Amino acid sequence: MADKSKQGSNQDAQNYQSIQQKHEIKRPVFFNCLKAFVVGGLICLIGQLISTFYIRFFDFTEQTAGNPTVATLIFLTMLCTGFGFYDRIGQFAGAGTAVPVTGFGNAVISSAIEHKTEGYILGVGTNMLKLAGPVIVYGVFSAFVVGLVKTIITHWGGF
Amino acid sequence: MIFLWAFIVGGLFCVIGQIMFDVFKLTPAHTLTTLVIIGALLDGFGLYEPLIDFAGAGATVPITSFGNSLVHGAMEEAGQHGLIGVLTGIFEVTSAGISAAIIFGVIGALVFKPKG
Amino acid sequence: MLYGRQTWLFENKPVILSTGVVGGPFEKDGNIPDAFDFLYDDMWLKQASFEKAQTMMLEDAGKYALTKAGIKKDQVNFFISGDLTNQITPTSFAAKTLEIPYIGIFSACATVTESLAMAAFYLNSQGAEYILSGTASHNAAAERQFRFPTEYGGQKPPTAQWTVTGAGCALLGKEGSGPVITSATIGKIVDMGITDPFNMGGAMAPAAADTILTHLKEREISADYYDLIITGDLGKIGHQASFELLQEANIQIDENRYVDCGMTIYAEDQPVLAGGSGPACAAVTTYGHFLKRLEKGEFKRILLVATGALHSPLSMNQKDSIPCIAHAVSIEAGGDNS
Repeated sequence: MADKSKQGSNQDAQNYQSIQQKHEIKRPVFFNCLKAFVVGGLICLIGQLISTFYIRFFDFTEQTAGNPTVATLIFLTMLCTGFGFYDRIGQFAGAGTAVPVTGFGNAVISSAIEHKTEGYILGVGTNMLKLAGPVIVYGVFSAFVVGLVKTIITHWGGF
Repeated sequence: MIFLWAFIVGGLFCVIGQIMFDVFKLTPAHTLTTLVIIGALLDGFGLYEPLIDFAGAGATVPITSFGNSLVHGAMEEAGQHGLIGVLTGIFEVTSAGISAAIIFGVIGALVFKPKG
Repeated sequence: MLYGRQTWLFENKPVILSTGVVGGPFEKDGNIPDAFDFLYDDMWLKQASFEKAQTMMLEDAGKYALTKAGIKKDQVNFFISGDLTNQITPTSFAAKTLEIPYIGIFSACATVTESLAMAAFYLNSQGAEYILSGTASHNAAAERQFRFPTEYGGQKPPTAQWTVTGAGCALLGKEGSGPVITSATIGKIVDMGITDPFNMGGAMAPAAADTILTHLKEREISADYYDLIITGDLGKIGHQASFELLQEANIQIDENRYVDCGMTIYAEDQPVLAGGSGPACAAVTTYGHFLKRLEKGEFKRILLVATGALHSPLSMNQKDSIPCIAHAVSIEAGGDNS
C-alpha cells in the first residue's frame, strides 16, 4: 500500500517539477560569468600590484611575495566585510569574489563577526571556520594524498 | 605583461568557479573545496609552478594556489625526511592565508558588528 | 463545526478587534509603508542581538494591538505565536514580557494562519474571551541561521527570497466590531521533492494549491466566492506555479484576484529577488494592508493562505527535500456583530 502511494507521488513530484521549472527564473549564466571574470581578474590584478610593491620596496622575491600579498588582501577583505559592503560586491560578482583568497577571508571574518553575540570563545572561536573549514580540511587531505602518491612514485619509479 | 595575464588567468579561474555555481549548482563550499583539490593535483603534476611564473598573482591569489602551497610543503619536507615528511610538512610553506584570516577574523569580531 | 476532513466553519464568527504591525528599515522603503504602526530605522533596535530585536518587534506589535483595542494584557486568555529561530525562543521571550498564557507553535511562514485558525477555533467554541495571535521574523536572524553570516559575500540566485523584518499581531475576541473569521482549513504536508532552499516559493506552491483546492471543495464553494485569495510568500515563481496547478485542477480564478504578500510588500526597485518571505511577510501585509482595504469596503471576503517551508539547515545537509504546508483562513467584513 505504502509503495503504491509512493509511486503515485513520485509521478506527481516529477510532473510538478517540470511545471515549476517552467516558471523558475533562470540564472543569467553568461552575465554571471562575465561579472565573475572582470571582478576576479581585477582582484588578481590588485594582488599583482601588491606583490610588485612588496618585491620593490621590501625584501621579497617573486616566489616569496605571495605570502604578504595574500595577507594584505585578507586585511582589505576584513575592512570590506566589517564596513558592510563585501556582501553587496559578492552578490554582484559571485565567484569573482569567492574564488580568490578574498572569498576565504570573507568566509572566516564574516562568521567571526556574526557570532560575536554568542561570546568570543563559544561564538567567535567555534564558528569562525564553519564556512571555510572544508577548504582547509580537504586542502590538507588532498595535499597529503598527492604528496604520498608522488613521493612513492618518485621513490620507486626513480624519476 | 604579467599584469595582463594576472587579470586574465585570475578571471578565468573565477569563471570556472561561476560555472560550478550556476551550471552544476554547487555550493560555494563545494566549489572552493574542489578548486583547492584541483590546485593540489595540478602541483602534483608539476603544472602549477609554471602557471605562477606566467601569471603571477593570477595564479597565487585564487584559492587553487592554497592547494598548490600545501603540496609544496609536503614535498619539501618529504625530500628531507622521507615519507613521514608528507604528513608533517604540509603547513610549512603556507600559513599566510589561514593565519591572516584567523587573525583578521578575531580583530574583525572585536571591532565590527554585522550590519544585517 | 467540522466540514469535510480538515475545514472548520465558525458559526460564532470571532472578530479581529485590532492589529499591531511593525517593520524594519527595508520595509520602510517598501511598497506599503502605510501598513505599519511603527517602522524601525535599524536592524538592532538597540538590542544585543538580532534575535532580541525580533523579540522586541513581536512585543511591540502585541502592545499596539492591545492598546488599539483598549484591552489590557491580563484580560487576554492566550497568546498563540511562533517564529523561525531555533526552538522559537524569541517568541517565548516575548511571551514572558506579555505575561499571557502561551501556546508556542512552529509553522515557519505559515505561522500566521495556523495561529489564526487555532485562535478562531478556541473563541468559536467558547474556549476563550480574547486571544492574541501573531508572528515575527528578522532578516538577519533568519540569514544567520538558515543560510550564511549576514556579511558573507555569497551570491543568491534569482529564485531566492528576502525575509521580512517585522511583526504582525491580531487581537481576537468573541464579539465586537471588526473583520470576522468565518472558516479555516488546516493543510497537510505537501512535498514535491524540491531540495533547493533558495527556491522556497517553488517548493511551497503545491501546498498552497492543495489547501486552496481542499478548502473550496470542503466548503462547497467556488473560487469567486472570495474577492481576493492571498498567498503568504510564494514569490514570483511560486505564485505562477501555484496558479498553473490550480488551473490544471479546473479552478477558475481571476488572475487579478489571486495575489501574494511576498510580491506586495516590497517595491520594484528593491533587491529582493523573487519577493518577500518569512513568517512576518503574510502577517504584516495582511494585518496592515489587506485588512485595511477590507475595512474600507474594497473587499467583502478574503482567503488568506499562508505557506511554510518546514526544512532546517540540518535537513538540508542531510539531503532531505523540503516539506511544505499551507493553512487557509477566510476573513469577511464584519457586520453588526454584537
